Amino acid sequence: MISFLRKTFGVSDKSRNDSIESPLIDQPAAPASGVQAIEVEINMDDPLMDHLIKASGIVEIDRLEFDSPTLRILKDAGVKITVPLVSQGELIGLLNLGPRLSEQEYSSDDKRLLNTLATQAAPALRVAQLARQQQLEARERERMEQELRVARVIQQTLLPKKIPQRKGWHLAAHWQPARAVSGDFYDFFEYPDGKLGIVTGDVTDKGVPAALVMATTRSILRSAAESLESPGQLLSKANDLLVEDIPHNMFVTCLFLLVDLEKGEITFANAGHNLPYKRTQNGVEELCATGMPLGLLPGMIYDENQAVLNPGESILLFSDGLIEGHNPDGEMFGFRRLKTIMEENPGGSSMIQLLIDQLADFTGPDWEQEDDVTFVVLEREISPIAESVESIGLGENDWVILADLSLQSEPGNERVAMERVAEAIQQLPIDPDRLEKLKTAVSETTMNAMEHGNKYQPNLNTDILVKAGSGVLKIFITDHGGGRPIPEAIEPDLEAKLAGLQSPRGWGLFLIKNMVDEMRIHTDEKHHTVELIMRYEG
Amino acid sequence: MKSQPFEAHLRTTPDVVIIDLSGEINAFADGAINQAYDQADQQNTANILLNFKEVTYINSTGIALIVGIMAKSRKNHKRLTVYGLSDHYVEIFQITRLADFMAIFPDETTALTTAA
Repeated sequence: MISFLRKTFGVSDKSRNDSIESPLIDQPAAPASGVQAIEVEINMDDPLMDHLIKASGIVEIDRLEFDSPTLRILKDAGVKITVPLVSQGELIGLLNLGPRLSEQEYSSDDKRLLNTLATQAAPALRVAQLARQQQLEARERERMEQELRVARVIQQTLLPKKIPQRKGWHLAAHWQPARAVSGDFYDFFEYPDGKLGIVTGDVTDKGVPAALVMATTRSILRSAAESLESPGQLLSKANDLLVEDIPHNMFVTCLFLLVDLEKGEITFANAGHNLPYKRTQNGVEELCATGMPLGLLPGMIYDENQAVLNPGESILLFSDGLIEGHNPDGEMFGFRRLKTIMEENPGGSSMIQLLIDQLADFTGPDWEQEDDVTFVVLEREISPIAESVESIGLGENDWVILADLSLQSEPGNERVAMERVAEAIQQLPIDPDRLEKLKTAVSETTMNAMEHGNKYQPNLNTDILVKAGSGVLKIFITDHGGGRPIPEAIEPDLEAKLAGLQSPRGWGLFLIKNMVDEMRIHTDEKHHTVELIMRYEG
Repeated sequence: MKSQPFEAHLRTTPDVVIIDLSGEINAFADGAINQAYDQADQQNTANILLNFKEVTYINSTGIALIVGIMAKSRKNHKRLTVYGLSDHYVEIFQITRLADFMAIFPDETTALTTAA
């Protein structure tokens, strides 16, 4: 009977050197033949291999007399004749036959028929082999893609699930891996003293190796941030921990910002990452800090620098993927283009979508993303109070916000307000006597707002906005006591007070009015805003 | 910024009682300033001097406390004199017209000379 070859040589890279793996010789159950299904692996140096490739047709196994392991297997299995199936010079299988059931020898017609059959079967078998191989490869690809999809989901869980929400600030982030997984990351650390840590990092390379290092780095940074607030010390510790574990030739660039949300002060240190861009009314500037990337050398020290983010200003942190994106002409997106875009457009979270769009326009629709792209934007908002006072009518003057404060309403905080405003306007050429008057006005107005407007309720803050422009200083102090008018600032009747006919109190509004050039009161359903105006030379 | 607590201490001479004030005169000073004044009032002098030299801050509540003391002194026929105020607070005393009812001197020597 005829044995059918169901699967034959799959030649792997490895086996190209010395063997062909697993030709499966299978035959239907035919006990009468005495031939059994066998699986044979023929080594390339097996003499039978050479013999079969060179054979022009059927090979009578029992007539072969040389030392070959495969030949022995075939003989033991009762194979009488084998027909090499050769396609494009490659032995792809064997058509094995046991003895005829009639116990006669195979005739010449039988052999011709077998040769003809082999000639037709070989290409068909090859096609079937290729189809099967493709099927296996597709399954393997699908399995790998599935694994990468899972890896991506897992990696996404390593990124912050929520962006911290803080009053007066806006944070936004964007993470766009070049492949399923990424070496870019960002993270936020909320410290017990109210400060916020922001970290962005970029691992060399991309894909799975970078993603694995990213996960390690993120854990190390988180662990370091448990006990450290100082950006320089934190990077130094993370470097020492990472340098022991990171694979050779890999490193991590990393930028760490510690933000005092109350004052807008930023302390930062840099381990070889792109310098962040700060956007102000006057343009875009780099926040400079340098340092060796993490994971290269132990014992690195990272210098700390300081910056201040005023209301209306924002900072962009970004990875290489943006800067190194290329257009079809091979031109790079570059730092200059980024800076120009930031200068010509509003800052804040809208900047992220704008940059995504600009990068897409620049690289074109057929762009295969070259590297991971990550942005983090930190914006210090102009307070709602500041926005509402815009509607009070500041005209076309070019106003600069010098302070945008929000203070808890508690006794004594009017002194804090006074000092903070004085600090904010110290650069203005205001005569010392007039400055003292202004400080008194701020203190008195704040005290009124906290005591009468907000009733010293801890959940109701008093907001203070300080603006200067063309020789005019305006201070807006807002409470939540709207809906009822503030009384007129009339001169108290001192004689009546001294005579005990009136309370000795009631000096605040009168004092305020006399301390500044002009006092205006704006009241809506929810708020009072007292506007203090003082002119100065400038 | 650290707030400076209010303190008031009495010094007595044959002709006057001086109340040395220091720190911030605001709502927190209420008890101490009135206690000091009441003690001064009990001294057998017609003149009470308020020394503001070490006073760092006076708010409208502090003005009200001073007005209260002025009312007491008028009632008890004591002559109240102040000195040591900064230019800023002299102006505030003028704006509020407290200066119309109290003599204001730049320093202790002048105040004592005039009060005696």
